[in-house]
Amino acid sequence: MTILPMTRRTVSALALAAMTASMGLPALAQTPPGVLVVGQIAEPKSLDPHAVTAVNDFRILMNVYDGLVRYKSGTLEVEPALAESWEISEDGTEYTFTLREGVAFHDGTPLTAEAVKFNFDRMLDESHPFHDTGPFPLSFFFSAIETTEAVDERTVKFTLNAPYAPFLSNLAYPTGLIVSPAAVEQYGADFGRNPAGTGPFKFAEWRSNEAVVIENNPDYWDGAAELEAVVYRPITDANTRTAEMLAGGIDLMVEVPPNALSEFEGDAYTVHEQAGPHVWFLILNAKEGPFADVKVRQAANYAINKQAIVENVLEGTAAVAAGPTPPAFAWAYNETLEPYPYDPEKAKELIAEAGVEGAELTFYVTEGGSGMLDPVPMGTAIQADLEAVGFDVKIETYEWNTFLGEVNPGLEGKADMAEMAWMTNDPDTLPFLALRTEAWPDKGGFNSGYYSNPKVDELLEAARISTDQDERAALYQEMQEIVQEDAPWVFVANWKQNAVTAAGVEGFELQPSFFLLLDGVSKN
Amino acid sequence: MGGYILKRLLAAIPVILGITVIVFLIMSLIPGDPATAILGSYATPENVEKLNRDLGLDKPLVSQYFIWLGNMVQGDFGRSFSLNRPVLDEVLERFGATLILAGTSLVLCSIFGILAGVISASRQYGLADKAITFVVLIGISIPSFFLGMMMILLFAVKLRWLPVSGMYAIYGGGDLPDLLRHLAMPAIALAVVATGVIARLSRSAMLEVLRQDFIRTARAKGVKENRVVWRHALKAAMVSIIPVIGVQAGFVLSGAVYIETVFQWPGVGRMLVTAILTRDILLVQGGVVIVAACYVLFNLAVDVAQSLLDPRVKI
Repeated sequence: MTILPMTRRTVSALALAAMTASMGLPALAQTPPGVLVVGQIAEPKSLDPHAVTAVNDFRILMNVYDGLVRYKSGTLEVEPALAESWEISEDGTEYTFTLREGVAFHDGTPLTAEAVKFNFDRMLDESHPFHDTGPFPLSFFFSAIETTEAVDERTVKFTLNAPYAPFLSNLAYPTGLIVSPAAVEQYGADFGRNPAGTGPFKFAEWRSNEAVVIENNPDYWDGAAELEAVVYRPITDANTRTAEMLAGGIDLMVEVPPNALSEFEGDAYTVHEQAGPHVWFLILNAKEGPFADVKVRQAANYAINKQAIVENVLEGTAAVAAGPTPPAFAWAYNETLEPYPYDPEKAKELIAEAGVEGAELTFYVTEGGSGMLDPVPMGTAIQADLEAVGFDVKIETYEWNTFLGEVNPGLEGKADMAEMAWMTNDPDTLPFLALRTEAWPDKGGFNSGYYSNPKVDELLEAARISTDQDERAALYQEMQEIVQEDAPWVFVANWKQNAVTAAGVEGFELQPSFFLLLDGVSKN
Repeated sequence: MGGYILKRLLAAIPVILGITVIVFLIMSLIPGDPATAILGSYATPENVEKLNRDLGLDKPLVSQYFIWLGNMVQGDFGRSFSLNRPVLDEVLERFGATLILAGTSLVLCSIFGILAGVISASRQYGLADKAITFVVLIGISIPSFFLGMMMILLFAVKLRWLPVSGMYAIYGGGDLPDLLRHLAMPAIALAVVATGVIARLSRSAMLEVLRQDFIRTARAKGVKENRVVWRHALKAAMVSIIPVIGVQAGFVLSGAVYIETVFQWPGVGRMLVTAILTRDILLVQGGVVIVAACYVLFNLAVDVAQSLLDPRVKI
């Protein structure tokens, strides 16, 4: 009774077949020289810089487009880009830019003042014929603009409805990148899949869910890039991304999970690290419950072992935060601030003074989300630290969008504390939107813990109006000192973004802006 | 038969419509909306309201549903706001990839499942039966995503025989051998559990048939054992194996969600997960309609196949 005749001959034939099959496989996963393959964390939504909000999309866009201004490499200070110079009126409401001469979009049309006007009108003017190619979710970055005017071929003037100091750094943000009006007119709502900018690389191909390919722009005004092309591959699963990097299927990997970093020790890889404008904090409900007392808020800052969280939970991929402003904003950061030390005894004293020993706390934790790092283990570590000083902490966990829907309308009546993280491009943004009295949730802001200090309000308003960077810096530094003392948040961590490059990739640097700039990179 | 098929197809329409109503309701009931998902930390009530208006989500729920339904009947599935492209383009492209993956897995698990089941049954309690049962039980017990990751580590990272992920090579790919190289690991990882289930049930179906009188008669007439097992017995056992394959097709399609994530396969399962997380209701609806239609059609095909094999089943 022979069901499958397994004679010696069939066995050796099968073995031979298997051997030839495996020998016949071509050398796998060797990416071609001159072409950089980047492992992205997701499929981009669109390549229209005005229509997107995700850092993941910005990593492509910053190489295809330029803005009027950009961040100087390695800093968060603006320098000229498409505009070679600008003037700001005395009262800070008129910005006049002179455009660089001889710059052309990838579709061949020239960069003119009219083209710049088209960009901002499309985003801001609901009656603009191409406003319906949006929506433009971050257009409020430019809501201060009243009119955009093409004074002549190379001069463009913005008139603001009030002085607004972050205007320049908002122009350096991807929402301020300049697109080709001719391409928008040609493709309409599909412009996001047929983009044209002025950047060092031009769009070549988008294979859905497989790759976005951009090619060298030999006529780039700032000197052509070295790479022939860049391929962005969306690989959502972090383990798969790590495996692709190890197998040689990608040359550059961003957002390496902390526990995978050890795989990349040795000469075959280079690990890059860069602190960015990110802060991870706990919003404390200052309106009601135990955290209405500043002593208890300070106690929470003393009770939580931030160093342990950064070292053990985040495996060194973040630094302990001292205050509300990340150190990456070097010019506006208050160097004298020291983080609250880990001091549970001091915390117990403060809690006893306030008379809230053993208080019950409701703590909102999210499962994940933009910039939230490792929120569940971090939340658990925080819970343990707070229980060690006598609180009774109850965690409630939510999926990210649900979480935002609970936290953004304010914590009143629901919770005593909530996790939160922000990445911004200007030291103004976060405190202005999340620490002022005018930014309480019922007034449309993000001050979900109802912190209020008139002095802080005053400093932030003044810093927003001033157009002098040194003056702004002094105001922000004073604000940071007060806020640290008032402790409306527990300041936990500043994320260090990381990336790994394969051997042969040279000239790569991570930027504090978290943008991925590839025009100086080469690959052999 | 034609009339029966037509009736079943007509009966499928209310089923699919009912599914879209349920999905629509669930998507509206879960907290968070597309505007919040898009704006992230910038989701002020003011910004959310404006963006929802721009997206056409400020209308009442019922009218939103009927607008969607009216457009869908005319073949317009709307535009995905998380991908900024027509839903139908995205769904069809993704569905093609899923069909290739799930179809290959289904063929693999049917062939190997039936093969293993028949061999086990024809040598009941023999060494081959015990060995196959052992392997099959391991196969059923391993979570497919874990198996997928282990396969990546071995065949892609250590041995470098196969690519880690994706459907085609980024450079110089796009032909059939390239597709097969990319397909091998995900298709096998997805097939393993279903193979086990089909093997177990084929074994018991075959055992039952092999005890019947007509088999004894065939053997008594001197028909070769190979022919008895593969022609006489298997044909009779197929009547109870085919519905099992039909059920497994459902499991393979839902298992594709994990496998597509691990292997970065550009299929509809991964698309649905992302669409739900970004509250992209039009994309969810479009994907669900297609997947539901596929289930219905496949079940119909299984019933038809069964009636062709078994003269006792009348349709």
